[in-house]
Amino acid sequence: MKYLFYPGCSMESSALEYKDSMYASLQALGAEVEELEDWTCCGASVAPVMSDLLGMVLPARNLALAERAQSSAVGGVGGGADGDRQVIVGCSACFISFQRTIEAAADRAKLEKMNRALEVEGLTYHGKAQVRHLLDVLANDFKRSEIEAKVKRPLTGLKVAPYYGCQTIRPYASFDDGQVPHSMVGILEALGATVYHHLHEATCCGTALLTTKPELGLGIVGTILADTTAADCIATVCPMCHMNLDSYQDKVSQVMGKKLSKIPVLFLPQLIGLAFGVPEERLLFKRHVVPVGPALAKVPA
Amino acid sequence: MTSSEVINLTAVKRDLAFGDRLIPAAQHLSTCIQCGTCTASCPSAAAMDITPRQMWRMVQLGMVDEVLHSKTMWLCSICYQCQARCPRGIPLTEIIAKLKQLAIQQQIKEWRESTTFYLTFAGVMRRYGRMRELEFMARYFLSTNPMEAIGYTTMGLTLFRRGKVHLEMPKLGGKGRLDDLFNRVAELEKQQ
Repeated sequence: MKYLFYPGCSMESSALEYKDSMYASLQALGAEVEELEDWTCCGASVAPVMSDLLGMVLPARNLALAERAQSSAVGGVGGGADGDRQVIVGCSACFISFQRTIEAAADRAKLEKMNRALEVEGLTYHGKAQVRHLLDVLANDFKRSEIEAKVKRPLTGLKVAPYYGCQTIRPYASFDDGQVPHSMVGILEALGATVYHHLHEATCCGTALLTTKPELGLGIVGTILADTTAADCIATVCPMCHMNLDSYQDKVSQVMGKKLSKIPVLFLPQLIGLAFGVPEERLLFKRHVVPVGPALAKVPA
Repeated sequence: MTSSEVINLTAVKRDLAFGDRLIPAAQHLSTCIQCGTCTASCPSAAAMDITPRQMWRMVQLGMVDEVLHSKTMWLCSICYQCQARCPRGIPLTEIIAKLKQLAIQQQIKEWRESTTFYLTFAGVMRRYGRMRELEFMARYFLSTNPMEAIGYTTMGLTLFRRGKVHLEMPKLGGKGRLDDLFNRVAELEKQQ
């Protein structure tokens, strides 16, 4: 399997451990991943608020780069071999920005308008590139037996609470259910972990409300954390979800007026890497705010 | 506004084309049946001055000022739950982005911390082409509520120590990475 990877801003900075562990996991599974060159911000949920066109053009710029990278490879777009390299993203905000643009590009008038803007960058977007979320790739491109075969250190006894959040699965995810998501289950079981199901697997993490409306945002995070305390850790697939659930646990306790027990929050590829025997330093656990140690201690060496 | 308050519609300045200006006629907001699924699905509804269901009714009624001055749209965390569950299939979350566009264009002052968030984010994106999280947060807090930033100092230092945020020199003058693209987009939007 060959993929073209769009990291997005967060995976380059605050969520670097997500990117590094993604590379480690996919490489262990035999996949080839190449980073898209010269990428820029997808515009997240901000660009569509600035203007309709900006909301489409910022993702379109990167999709145009991806199409160019695909067609420069053997076979061209959809032409087999390297031409089939799909674009993957790990961030929900990037995922949804690209899906909105791909949907809009089906309207020729909108596509033309995007391209009139992209002229200044010397780029053309054809509306062809498809974008997949890393969770989709991990859940559907590898057989369970392939994952099991790579496990060197089974996560036996580790109770993991899957947390999907919102934009990974709503409204675009064709690979999972927007209300009762399940795509992490098979992966976690293949790693030997115990899946701890809870009521807030598809609840929003509060996104930017943690910054703009802290009381409200912290309350939303508190609801999720309070429901997962019986697990050893939470598994996420989004930099924003991770930042909100991991960094604000002290503040959540302050706002809720009761001390919640701390729960480590890990990116799913970190758990995969751990089970595959990737050295812990490479999985960058030291970057987490809530120490990951207690969860790691549950995993047999 | 509360649910028990009586609204005298004759006294309200209204624009009956409000809903049509937000989305194309094909997905017309007039098909909203006021079932309240949006409010029931919204993680922020309890903190809103008007609930999502009430807001969509007010959009139907053309109550532009009441909607644009309400804080409801700014409490939306864009989780798409209302849109995913709307039995009429109305793209509610997408329409909220349009409402925010209008509120920013009309420079409505009440929810400045929210509009500043968007404008600051867009500014950093335009300058560097990519988000610089630390510079964005610094600029945001400085232009909204510097005192609030103090409450985040401990957390900020922890993030810094863990290497989650890193210092980069801000670029003050010169051309921004996405200036040309932003300018072209603005020109094209004006031509409409």
